[in-house]
Amino acid sequence: MRTRWTFLLCGVAVVLTQLAFANDGGMRLPKTVEAGTAFSIQSAGSGKATLYIIGPEQVLKRDVQLGETMLFPAGSLYNAGHYLAVLVGDSSTESDSFDVVSSSKPADLSFLARPSRLPVGIHDGITGAVYVFDAYHNLIAAPMPVSFELSNPSGTVQKRIVVTLNGAAWTEMDSTEQQGADRFVARSGSVSSTRIIGQVPGDPCGLKMSARQAGQRVQLDTEPVRDCNGNAVPDGTIVTFSEAYKGAQSTVDVPLKHGFADVQMPVHSGATFSVASGVVLGNQIRWVR
Amino acid sequence: MLKSLLVLCAVLSTTLSIGSAQATVRVEQASLQGPRPLPEQTAKAAIRDYLQSWQSMKTALEQNRADLLSPSFVGTAKDKIAETIQQQSALGISTRYEDRAHDIQIVFYSPEGLSIELTDKVEYDVQVLDHDRVKTIQHVSARYVIVLTPAEVRWRVRVFQTAF
Repeated sequence: MRTRWTFLLCGVAVVLTQLAFANDGGMRLPKTVEAGTAFSIQSAGSGKATLYIIGPEQVLKRDVQLGETMLFPAGSLYNAGHYLAVLVGDSSTESDSFDVVSSSKPADLSFLARPSRLPVGIHDGITGAVYVFDAYHNLIAAPMPVSFELSNPSGTVQKRIVVTLNGAAWTEMDSTEQQGADRFVARSGSVSSTRIIGQVPGDPCGLKMSARQAGQRVQLDTEPVRDCNGNAVPDGTIVTFSEAYKGAQSTVDVPLKHGFADVQMPVHSGATFSVASGVVLGNQIRWVR
Repeated sequence: MLKSLLVLCAVLSTTLSIGSAQATVRVEQASLQGPRPLPEQTAKAAIRDYLQSWQSMKTALEQNRADLLSPSFVGTAKDKIAETIQQQSALGISTRYEDRAHDIQIVFYSPEGLSIELTDKVEYDVQVLDHDRVKTIQHVSARYVIVLTPAEVRWRVRVFQTAF
């Protein structure tokens, strides 16, 4: 019982002490300070004290003369955050809090762009996300316009302007119809960041082959293999030739070379030849001699 | 005599009130910007790892050991808190943070899935010690913006700062 009363009295004493100091209102400090800029704190009274500025982001400690203005030059506090200012004198403690806010001038962008390579002609196939930072690498949480620009070597440009929310902005872009290395640029203020997005041909489109007799075999040749936008499908892409005859089937996989694929297969009158690449089916030829 | 009693009382009340009670955690419904749906399991893991980062930060700032930050922090957030620890060490200061309440909301899941941003209205107590002598204890309310990025087996805090 006695212990409980002691704690209660202690608590009341501490609260009354703090209230008394709060009422004094001796310490005057700005409510917000821009990161990295100079600021000052005014103290009242007389005698010596120690000033602590405390936050998870930064800590300062200064011996001060009460009644004087404490000047903090530019660069003293540069990490955005919520700080406590605690002035501890011989017989008194005062405290208050203030915020260090990020500068509104972008100095760095963290730009995530995906994918680094994709087929042409994909709607919303490219995404970009940006976090905007100031010179002290504080996230700029205030709304900031960010422009995203995707341009390909042929001069086609897609552009979007997005305003950040909590320091982040994102966009989606279509991959263009021409293969090549596109430049994906995010820009905020005078800062920009560039990523290269490789656009490769899509699946073959309108796959076609022809057949001709070659001795005891049939020569099968594709036409130039292109995607639906006319881009040449890359060499090495596998083209599958099949021959079906009297219920039996034989297949040959051939890599594209210089945009073409060709093969020779056994000749059987009445056989059916077909061509495919991935999930794309080409034409069929029925061989009758 | 009165001064000594006041100091003793302040220390006692401080010690009592800085006790390590479990913080209350409230998770608001996600208010997502971005095209990517956020799986519930991913959201839970990110919040769990973020709350664990408070434990790492508390211990690191109390013991002035930057090495304790590594499991939970990475990049800028880690560098900044490590710098604070360095400053505290040089000045003979340590700080005890005790989070009391979190009000968390996930606000952004980047389209490629490589970052999650959340906000947290945090209530915490901070106790300042100078050469092991308690100088003050203060209650703080602040709104934090946190960006997490995935590591091998967990989400790590990459940006940790108050926002207004």
